Amino acid sequence: MKDKIFRFLLFFAALIILLLTAGIIFALVSRSTEAFQEYGFWGFITNPEWDPRPATEEYGALSFIIGTLYTAFFALFLCIPFSLSVALFNGEYFKGKKISSFVRSIVDLLAGIPSIVYGLWGFYAIRPLVIDLGVNAQGFGIFLSSIVLAIMIIPYASSLSTEFISMVPNKLKEGAYSLGATQLEVIKNISLPTAGSGIVASYILALGRALGETMAVTMLIGNTDRIPKGLRDTGNTMASVIANQFGEADGLKLSSLIAIGLLLFVITAIINLVAKLVMKKVASI
Amino acid sequence: MRANEDKTVNYGAIGSGGGIRSLRDHSVDFGASDAFLNEEEIMTMNGEVIHIATCMGGVVMAYTLEGVDSLRLSGRLISDIYLGKIEKWNDPRIVIENPNIKLPDLDITPVYRSDGSGTTFNFSEYLSVVSPEWSRVMGKGKSLKWPAGIAAKGNPGVAGIVQQTEGAIGYIGSEYALTLRLPTAKLKNRAGNYVDATLETISAAANVRLPDNMRATITDSEDPNAYPISLFTWILVYKDQSYDNRTYEEAQDIVELLEYVISPDGQKVAAQINYAPLSEQALEKNRRLIEQINYGGLPITP
Repeated sequence: MKDKIFRFLLFFAALIILLLTAGIIFALVSRSTEAFQEYGFWGFITNPEWDPRPATEEYGALSFIIGTLYTAFFALFLCIPFSLSVALFNGEYFKGKKISSFVRSIVDLLAGIPSIVYGLWGFYAIRPLVIDLGVNAQGFGIFLSSIVLAIMIIPYASSLSTEFISMVPNKLKEGAYSLGATQLEVIKNISLPTAGSGIVASYILALGRALGETMAVTMLIGNTDRIPKGLRDTGNTMASVIANQFGEADGLKLSSLIAIGLLLFVITAIINLVAKLVMKKVASI
Repeated sequence: MRANEDKTVNYGAIGSGGGIRSLRDHSVDFGASDAFLNEEEIMTMNGEVIHIATCMGGVVMAYTLEGVDSLRLSGRLISDIYLGKIEKWNDPRIVIENPNIKLPDLDITPVYRSDGSGTTFNFSEYLSVVSPEWSRVMGKGKSLKWPAGIAAKGNPGVAGIVQQTEGAIGYIGSEYALTLRLPTAKLKNRAGNYVDATLETISAAANVRLPDNMRATITDSEDPNAYPISLFTWILVYKDQSYDNRTYEEAQDIVELLEYVISPDGQKVAAQINYAPLSEQALEKNRRLIEQINYGGLPITP
């Protein structure tokens, strides 16, 4: 009897999650139809104009899509050397050692810091450095946001990569050592290729996290509704434009913001799906 | 008139757009806005709405420039800065207005509001009045399409960036800037005088003929002492209070609240939080408007 009740409770809990997700999708789709009907799906995502003035009202998502991809991919690029070395440190060189669990918990701590704290840190500590570097006059923009984003996603990229690197079978490595390979050669020729797709999957997940990050980016990117011209320029991401403009929006603007939310949802879902597929491939090896 | 300690007013700081929407849905007793409803918006409301001015504010130009503690600007200069046509602080056009100051060879970073805002409306309304180019290229509105600068959310966001960025300039609600004591520019008014935003210079801007319905912008005022970007801030209520099964007592409470807000006691409270008090002319027009509030045609008496 108890078993049955427990089963029912679990089933019920799982059902609620499914219903909630369906509800979120329904709300996003139903409230974004106005924008998609007005501009068409392709028209909306390929239009770089964002003009809220009633006389010339026109909304397109392109500048925010580009801003999002720009910051997320540059952050991913910046984070690779750090997260890869952390993963090798924990999963290969100091595997199972005390120092490794210490480093691991510090890196996990990074994941627990609220993003507004990262935003403040970027604003007060990193921005002056970016100004001194001469990136631009006020420091805000793609460059600053990407640096802070890179640090935010290091724990996501490194903890999974660590798992995959430490999962590389010992007999493979021992075989290489017995042939006289150095540790560096073992990492280069055995560990990284074997764990390869797992590492790729962890970076895809980290990318998904970077795409949706809102608060820290909103505080650092400059919030300009134009296609960023380069790393030095300011811009807006899909998440940050919603955070900035949702409060006072109504009518077509509100619908357009929700449409951007739906696009972000779809992009993140695809990214997660791809990462899952890649990981499945690893597991089957 | 004394404050009535027995009654509580719940005020939600959700932005004027949200307040107007809630008033339209009859989910609040009144809304408040720094921009009066235009004809189109008035038509969408469920009943005739009247505007009661509660007090006055301004929009100030806050800036951060090391060693520059007094700066003079004109509407044309502000327009050119925000249009991206003046990019350096030592531009000759700024130097001419500030002959006694050494201005640095530094990029100007104009900062604007990323969210829709009555502050942006009044700022752009003023620039539309004084600069034909602004009127043509930018226009006025709660949110605009900006060619230059960076954006931040709310007065605190803009103030934060301006304070922390050498060479930044931003427009901020005067009540916020006066409370924080941010360095702000003196603006050239219509009479040609350079004035600081103070409660007195903001109040002086209302020394013009006001319309009976109080729906007036008072930017670029003719008064020689007036601060040029001054504004009324309004409470919006339905003229006929008998909608949605409301009781006569509820209508009385609203009228009593409005009478308190424009009473000397109420106006004193406004000044304490750096909003400028209304002129006698504005108070008189307000009283006339409050008298028009009725309950299904019945006058509302205490």
